[in-house]
Amino acid sequence: MQKFLNKQTVITSLILCALYLLVQISVVFDLLNPFYTLNIILIGINIILAVSLSLIIGFTGQLAIGHAGFMAVGAYTSSILTVKLGQPFPLAILAGSVAAAIIGFVIGLPTLRLKGDYLAIATLGFGEIIKVLLINFEYVGGASGFHGIPHITSWSWVFFLALFTVIFIKNFINSTHGRACISVREDEIAAETMGINTTKYKVMAFTIGAFFAGTAGALFAHYFYILQPNNFGFLRSVDYLVMVVFGGLGSISGSILAAIVLTIINAALQSVAELRMIFFSVLLIAIMIFRPQGLMGNKEFSLQFFNRLLRGGKQRDLAQGK
Amino acid sequence: MEHLHTFLQQVINGVSLGSIYALIALGYTMVYGIIKLINFAHGDIYMVGAYIGFFAITKLNMTFIPALVTAMVFCAVLGIIIERVAYKPLRNSTRIAALITAIGVSLFLEYTGMLIVTPQPRAFPDVIPQTKFNFFSGSVYITNQQAVIFIVAVVLMFLLQYIVYKTKIGKAMRAVSYDKDTALLMGVNVNTTISATFAIGSSLAAAAGILVGIYYTSISPLMGIVPGLKAFVAAVLGGIGSIPGAAVGGLLMGVIEAMVSGYWSSTLRDAVAFGILILILIIRPSGIFGSNVREKV
Amino acid sequence: MTLLKVNNLTKTFGGLTAINNFNLELHPGELVGLIGPNGAGKTTVFNILTGVYTPTEGSITFSDESIVGLKPFEITQRGIARTFQNIRLFSDLTVLDNVRIAYHPHVKYGLTSAVMRLPGFYAEEAELTEKAVNFLKIFNLDTKKDEIAKNMPYGEQRRLEIARALAAQPKLLLLDEPAAGMNPQETHSLMNMIKWIRQEFDLTILLIEHDMSLVMGACERIYVLEYGMTIAHGTPEEIRTNPKVIEAYLGEEVPHAYSR
Repeated sequence: MQKFLNKQTVITSLILCALYLLVQISVVFDLLNPFYTLNIILIGINIILAVSLSLIIGFTGQLAIGHAGFMAVGAYTSSILTVKLGQPFPLAILAGSVAAAIIGFVIGLPTLRLKGDYLAIATLGFGEIIKVLLINFEYVGGASGFHGIPHITSWSWVFFLALFTVIFIKNFINSTHGRACISVREDEIAAETMGINTTKYKVMAFTIGAFFAGTAGALFAHYFYILQPNNFGFLRSVDYLVMVVFGGLGSISGSILAAIVLTIINAALQSVAELRMIFFSVLLIAIMIFRPQGLMGNKEFSLQFFNRLLRGGKQRDLAQGK
Repeated sequence: MEHLHTFLQQVINGVSLGSIYALIALGYTMVYGIIKLINFAHGDIYMVGAYIGFFAITKLNMTFIPALVTAMVFCAVLGIIIERVAYKPLRNSTRIAALITAIGVSLFLEYTGMLIVTPQPRAFPDVIPQTKFNFFSGSVYITNQQAVIFIVAVVLMFLLQYIVYKTKIGKAMRAVSYDKDTALLMGVNVNTTISATFAIGSSLAAAAGILVGIYYTSISPLMGIVPGLKAFVAAVLGGIGSIPGAAVGGLLMGVIEAMVSGYWSSTLRDAVAFGILILILIIRPSGIFGSNVREKV
Repeated sequence: MTLLKVNNLTKTFGGLTAINNFNLELHPGELVGLIGPNGAGKTTVFNILTGVYTPTEGSITFSDESIVGLKPFEITQRGIARTFQNIRLFSDLTVLDNVRIAYHPHVKYGLTSAVMRLPGFYAEEAELTEKAVNFLKIFNLDTKKDEIAKNMPYGEQRRLEIARALAAQPKLLLLDEPAAGMNPQETHSLMNMIKWIRQEFDLTILLIEHDMSLVMGACERIYVLEYGMTIAHGTPEEIRTNPKVIEAYLGEEVPHAYSR
């Protein structure tokens, strides 16, 4: 229990509780403009997507750029469960997540043997294949889309699932399994030589990432109540790629921060749609040239981090003889 | 007999389509061969080429060949600029960084394009009015457009072969693609060589863009995405880094696509292209003419 | 009893025969050297032994078990560890993390325990970390445990790589040019360390090296490879005076630069 009650955990928990209540109250008493509510929900969904993608790209070093495909699987599967099979929402979310995980596993096994660019293109290809298959799948509406999905995603659902995702992935990373994934990123051959089954861990990270993408997809479907296959193509995968890169490959806090910031910027630029994408593309190029480690590099938010930031950090440490 | 006719028609259509893929694929393969980068933006350069051709013909009243040359030159310059601004700073970075930057450039071209010319597709002017050459009393035919596509593609590919194997810059390109550092030590101007590679690849893509405008009569700012990816598959199929590979891969992709479209389902033809990609990557990533490059342990 | 037995090992890459009919035998506790001019195939032998490459022909038996066709991680888990010619540390990880990875195959807690932070997780993590720190103490690296590996001086990086390999509790340790880039004093310390770890960890060691003082000073037997083939095999004395070996090195320091 001592591990749980340290200063950092307590402060973080308090902040999260306050945040949850603040938004919940605003939602229940209709204090917020619907546009804001929509974006707050979207932030939560994007956090799940960014953190899950970060596990694959940032921590395990596998450049997978078809994440929207898994989101689509989750979105459609969960919607089939609620709309066509009359199942309750929790079951639908679970089914969506599991379906996405299964697809992730099946795609991951052959694809993760590839490296670098080839892996990227293969995952891109699979993402597009999923999209094309959905366009041709009449049962879920095909190209004209899946309509009439119940609008049952609430702030509570999004908040708690996002929280669950972050805790799950954080705990995974800070364990021997997470370290195995990181060692794969650092040097795959050395990792193999240290007795790590690199294929197993690559597939594991991929599957877990896909699982949560499915969760996000389920939440997305039941908030926006219409699904269109063309909405889940490469362009959407790029959105999450930008978040992970912007936040810093290998930083959970970075991905969360980036998801928040970029969703807000996106919302702000709604009225100038083309400009928005031009902005993002230039941002992407600029980050890669000038600050490839993104916002947080591979560091995480922690009390130490804030203290350093506030006190001017290293200078002080040096002066104190640390 | 009818089956044979349908088959032949599909082959003819496939060869036309394949010629276009080949032209685009050559750019991918040359750039990958020299700096090991998948130039995501290449398909969009093809799009730019189509639009330059469009404006050259409609606003500047050029005929086919001058418009073709204008577009090729414009895109060659565009390719050089992109390389200098976006890719050169990342020559020593990780592959992820380079790939992400290429994605950024691609998106930039697409959305800037949409801003400038609006997302609406435009009708490409009829510079080569279609006439058909009929065989077997009309059940098989080649249009003059298809003939032009094929001829232009072949001419350009021969030109490319000449440049790569018979000129000094071509030799430099080959040297840099084998071993950049050694080429540098031997006095090859690596920067100029890389720029030249981008210039040539981009001009070929521009040519493809105009040919497509003529053939399919419609162009749009996002027209480069799918053909770009398919041409990339073609390059991988032929063996990425191999010039004959890109040509062969392109033709194969075109013929396969025509067959799938004709005999199975035209809506699934995009999925089939990706399916081929994945099969190649899993079964034989080095492609038809490629060689297996192992990581030195 | 033979710990490692390599019979008629051949490896071809396309048209190139990198290793031709290589034979080797290691007995427990031995310190054996593998030398030869650059490009002779020494690292290729290591790569085959550790499963990075599969042999074209031949057999490899380790502790009476064939290891041909096994994946590298499986071979490591059976007791063979190695270091690399160009150090392959996990550069962006801390010194401690580099060593902790070595314990991964022995960790008992599963995915659920890790994610749900069951009590077993904390206990085992603490134990793991303690073991790693104690291990680093042996190599005088415990004070630097939180340093990022790539920021350490070269000599310490080499030491860390060896420490990391040893943390995997191998029976056989393959060292690939551990003295590369070291001056004579550092090489001498390294030689003593190699002899010491052999004793301390009950190891068998196979060593690739170019530095003859290290090879002659530490190894009990030496295999000499040229163009993928064994051209000599024997004690340092025998190798030193072997005309074929001298010729292979073409005037390199074989007869001169060694000291006992």
